[in-house]
Amino acid sequence: MNVVEEVQQKLDKKINKFFKKNEQRYYIDIDAKEIVPSAKIMFRDIECRFAIATGTHTPQGFEILYHFSHDKTGKIFSLRVALDKNAPEIESITSIITGAEWIEREMWEMLGINFKNHPNLKRLLLAPDFPEGVYPLRQKPRE
Amino acid sequence: MKLTLKALTKSIWVFHAACSPCNNCDIEILDLLTPRYDVERFGIVLASSIRHADALLVTGFPNYKTAKKIKYLYEQMPKPGVVIAIGTCACGGNFFRDSYSFVKPLDEIIPVNAYIPGCPPKPEAMIMGVVKLIKALKAKNK
Amino acid sequence: MGEFQVEDKKKQTIIPIGPYHPLQEEAEYFKLYVEGEKVTKLDIELGYQHRGIEKLCETRHFDQVVFLVERICGICSCSHPFAHVNAVEDLCGVDVPIRAKYIRCIIAELERLHSHLLWLGLAGHFLGYNTVWMWAWKYREPVLDICEFITGNRNHYAMFKIGGVRQDIDNNDIPQINKMCDDLIPALDMFKGAVMDDPVIHARTKGVGILTKQEAIDYCVVGPTARASGVDIDVRRDDPCAAYPLVDWKVIVTPNGDVFDKVVVRVLEMYESVKIIKGCLEGLKKEPKGEIDAKVKSFPPGEGIGHYEAPRGEVFHYVLSDGANRPARYKVRAPSYMNIPSNQVACTRGTISDAAITLAAVDPCYCCTERSAVLDEKTNKKIFGWEDLLRLSQEKTERIKKRIPLNPPFVPTEPTSVKGEY
Repeated sequence: MNVVEEVQQKLDKKINKFFKKNEQRYYIDIDAKEIVPSAKIMFRDIECRFAIATGTHTPQGFEILYHFSHDKTGKIFSLRVALDKNAPEIESITSIITGAEWIEREMWEMLGINFKNHPNLKRLLLAPDFPEGVYPLRQKPRE
Repeated sequence: MKLTLKALTKSIWVFHAACSPCNNCDIEILDLLTPRYDVERFGIVLASSIRHADALLVTGFPNYKTAKKIKYLYEQMPKPGVVIAIGTCACGGNFFRDSYSFVKPLDEIIPVNAYIPGCPPKPEAMIMGVVKLIKALKAKNK
Repeated sequence: MGEFQVEDKKKQTIIPIGPYHPLQEEAEYFKLYVEGEKVTKLDIELGYQHRGIEKLCETRHFDQVVFLVERICGICSCSHPFAHVNAVEDLCGVDVPIRAKYIRCIIAELERLHSHLLWLGLAGHFLGYNTVWMWAWKYREPVLDICEFITGNRNHYAMFKIGGVRQDIDNNDIPQINKMCDDLIPALDMFKGAVMDDPVIHARTKGVGILTKQEAIDYCVVGPTARASGVDIDVRRDDPCAAYPLVDWKVIVTPNGDVFDKVVVRVLEMYESVKIIKGCLEGLKKEPKGEIDAKVKSFPPGEGIGHYEAPRGEVFHYVLSDGANRPARYKVRAPSYMNIPSNQVACTRGTISDAAITLAAVDPCYCCTERSAVLDEKTNKKIFGWEDLLRLSQEKTERIKKRIPLNPPFVPTEPTSVKGEY
């Protein structure tokens, strides 16, 4: 059984949409509330390395892509979650993956996404006197 | 010619302050100390504290976190002293001018005596910049 | 922010390092919490080099982004464009001409050579071996010369282009590049000997700053930091791009995770880099002079992910396109972003005098010594900054030198074949 089938089997009902971009890149849509168990499966069971997470401000709201790299085959699985437009909030995955601490802090300050149960949610890159409530990576509304 | 200014033009001790550069200018500055260029021949030494330095080398553009720090560094520098902006970022902001992190150009925060453009400037260019600066200082105080 | 605080209740002392001392690509401000000599906690503050490149990328054309990401880091100045072109080529689904693949690999490996030599020199400096620093940087110069010879610039090469490279390597120039590689081997042998045989370096680095395999996996570290801890990952092999599958080389992995292993990984990797360059040059010789650019004209909407093994580890780029000529979202992850947090465990097992080399072992992009300053307004407080830390580190080496007789006496000698060239 190759790793793609394994991912499909283990995530099973959590998958809303499975998109194969090419042999090496896969995009998997899941519900936001399923992120912690899904990340656990990817990190512990399938032994993927957590590469990084990308937070994006889209016209529909916010979305986060959690990029997991399967180093034995070089395939990258990206778990996509969509978040609410007005009050983006998601459970932190730091309890499972220690390496996710910084990127969650960064998304918190850059995009204003709140991470529940994050151990150390404070500014990472921006200066303390950078204006509150200004999120640099948010798109400006089109006039 | 004042004694302090005369002393300034001989064996300059430099302090190197990086305010958000890409490290490239910084490496080239360090490169000057190593065997190929070896500026210690001319008595140019990297000082470990700004309080001992005659010149402040600034690389990169000042961002929110470093702008205040660079002003404070300048205030600590013994006068007369010179400020040299190394690299296009320090000279004018490069294409980081549009960034949300950009505060204002370096020469609006502290007075700059010499600009050495280039991304990064070659070590030879840096030596030339310092030589030109020394000449200008000497000419001004005759 | 040099400030020496003693919290009476806990008997804990805070040693600040920085903020004016960017040890890695990203500048940071370390606060070491110590009890006596032992480091108990490490707090890291970032943002002194934050330039907002991700946002700027959204305002530039795909082709211009290459130049922008090149300026993320001066030392990885071809790894970031490499990852960028990988990402955009993944988005467009184009294949690169074979000649361009070889040239990309040559530039990337030249960069790895000079980056590792730079690191080796600085590591020597941190341990109090300034001769190593000077020699390593001296042998770095011929590599930079070759870079200038091929691309026209010593550091920012501007060689990468979506779909290929900007300049070709003339087949007549190949012997000269080959000669540089041959000249470098004796110097590498010297460094290898100096590291492997010197009992003082063994005493200073073995068992220091250990990052175990499990911790390496938990912190998701990449590059030499992970490979020294026994995690067998290398993007060049795992997700092959450019000409890496076409040449013969191997990934260096060591099991212990201490500073010594990190040195060994980097030194041995330089031999592999030379091997890759030579293999690519051989391949280039056989290829007829021809196309070096796939000429990508349009960028479809969609997503692309590109990654590449920079000298410090995996760089990861994600690009989201909405069909316009510029990215709708651009994400960059530099290797140190994952590697620096691992210092929180690697550092807390040692003493203050080991902290300098442990922090540096992950990867100092560059000599922080000269960049740290005491910037605190409370000048009456005792200052204990990076300078002192470095001094402590160098003094420890001196002490060990006295204790350990050099037996067998190892005297590193300059290789004769490259002597007197500069």
